[in-house]
Amino acid sequence: MTIAMRDRFATVTKSLLDEDPRVAVVLAEISRTLFRDAELAHPGRVINVGIREELMIGVTGGLALSGLRPIAHSYAPFLIERAWEAIKLDLTHQDVDAVLVSIGASYDASLEGRTHQSPGDVALLDTLPGWTVHVPGHPAEVEPLLRSAVGGRGRAYVRLSVEENAEAVTVTAGRMRIMRRGDDATVVAVGPLLAPTLDAVRGLEVTVLYATTVRPFDAETFLAVARPNVILVEPYLAGTSAATVSRLLAHRPHRLLALGVEQLELRRYGSPADHQRAHGLDSAGLRARIERFLEEIEPAEQKHSHITQAITASL
Amino acid sequence: MKLAQPRRRPPATDLGYADLPRLMSLMTGDEKHTESATSTLDVLWVLYDRVLKVSPKTARDPTRDRFLLSKGHGPMAFYAVLAAKGFIPVAALEDFGSFDSILGGHPDRNLIPGVEISSGSLGHGLGLGVGLALGLGLVVPGSGGHRSPRVFVMVGDAELDEASNHEAIHFAGATGLERLTAIVIDNSSRTHRVLGGLEGPFQVAGWEVRDVSGRDHAAIEAALAVPANGRPTAVIARVERNS
Repeated sequence: MTIAMRDRFATVTKSLLDEDPRVAVVLAEISRTLFRDAELAHPGRVINVGIREELMIGVTGGLALSGLRPIAHSYAPFLIERAWEAIKLDLTHQDVDAVLVSIGASYDASLEGRTHQSPGDVALLDTLPGWTVHVPGHPAEVEPLLRSAVGGRGRAYVRLSVEENAEAVTVTAGRMRIMRRGDDATVVAVGPLLAPTLDAVRGLEVTVLYATTVRPFDAETFLAVARPNVILVEPYLAGTSAATVSRLLAHRPHRLLALGVEQLELRRYGSPADHQRAHGLDSAGLRARIERFLEEIEPAEQKHSHITQAITASL
Repeated sequence: MKLAQPRRRPPATDLGYADLPRLMSLMTGDEKHTESATSTLDVLWVLYDRVLKVSPKTARDPTRDRFLLSKGHGPMAFYAVLAAKGFIPVAALEDFGSFDSILGGHPDRNLIPGVEISSGSLGHGLGLGVGLALGLGLVVPGSGGHRSPRVFVMVGDAELDEASNHEAIHFAGATGLERLTAIVIDNSSRTHRVLGGLEGPFQVAGWEVRDVSGRDHAAIEAALAVPANGRPTAVIARVERNS
């Protein structure tokens, strides 16, 4: 299994530890071997608390209270969901600055099952004010986003994944990038779903925006090119950014198709690609739904029909 | 490096321990935590009067001692002590709980000068205290591996039901975090008995445990004044049941 984004994270973080004495890293066993050199080079600034995720966030909050710039890192479900109240209180309510960096995303851990999957992480962070959320789509995009998160102020979440686009894009933290233009719709593709999205819209007259920072949502770029048909393609829970888009377009007539990971217990193993297909996020699944949307065909009555089809086809 | 800060500073107010009941009575309204507020009163007073190296003038000094009220319930005694020591004006007490007040049912560090953490949900103080203790060793020049500045975390006996405390207790014990002192106010408010006693989890994790009367000022001071060497210190302060 390639862990390229995680490797880039470890490498860049080691540089940040070298460059800035205020940077510290908090781990809960996961990825510890990647930071062994840094632990020796910077005594006390790489802290492994053991398999204790609540403590990991509490320690992160305490380090921030002392004036340090902590980075906490683990698998997404343990970093965000298991430690959730600590994120709410030890970081947000204390009003201290910290960076959280996760791996695993929605279904990198296809083989490990639901316990290791966190499609709801970004939606959860949306319940708290002021979190910046970065979702790189390629290992080369990790560095500018991570440096922006650690070098800036405030609270930021960097969501890494094994899924990645074949080609890197030059990204600027906080800004969406216009990948192509067309008048029939505006598609916002997030992180690693850029490649399947570009594949899916081949031949269609649509604008594609590439978002690697999803919070705050780049309203300026989005509104400048937003067409009445808007399509979100997000690698976490479907609809996570729907409320944001609806607010931004409150005074413009528009239609919205919000694609992403479906809210269900899939109870399937296999590969991440299998899960991507099951959630209709491969290029064929995206293409079919985008075409129906642009042709104004109402979705099939059966809920999650693409999932049912994918599962049926695999049996 | 010795920290130059003098241990005692001239008092910021002429209010003393005898004034605390009157100060507490200034806070009216629907306070539901009167009992636990009183259980902490003597330890809080001894901390701010005799132990903590912090004053209103040094409330933002990086080298100050930190006091973390994890047990954010019943903060009236805490507010009274903060007023007596000049961190907040006495007038603030009279405004307790109003929409514009800095003082509410649980303390908020972003509103109250001198308050180190916002608390109320039980089981958060020790984890924050561990991180703060680790961080102070890195950011206060010359303090790495030393016991000053210190971090004190006050928890309640029933609060120790929360598992998050035990993540912190075991990690602090395993890493010999001598900068950290936990103060357990034992007013027997827990429902279930703790096998091995309240000191059990701390002892198992390698802490030095000291047991005192939570009403005996000299004993409280003696237990808090000097931390253990090479391991964290837990002080269990016994007070009347449900006081």
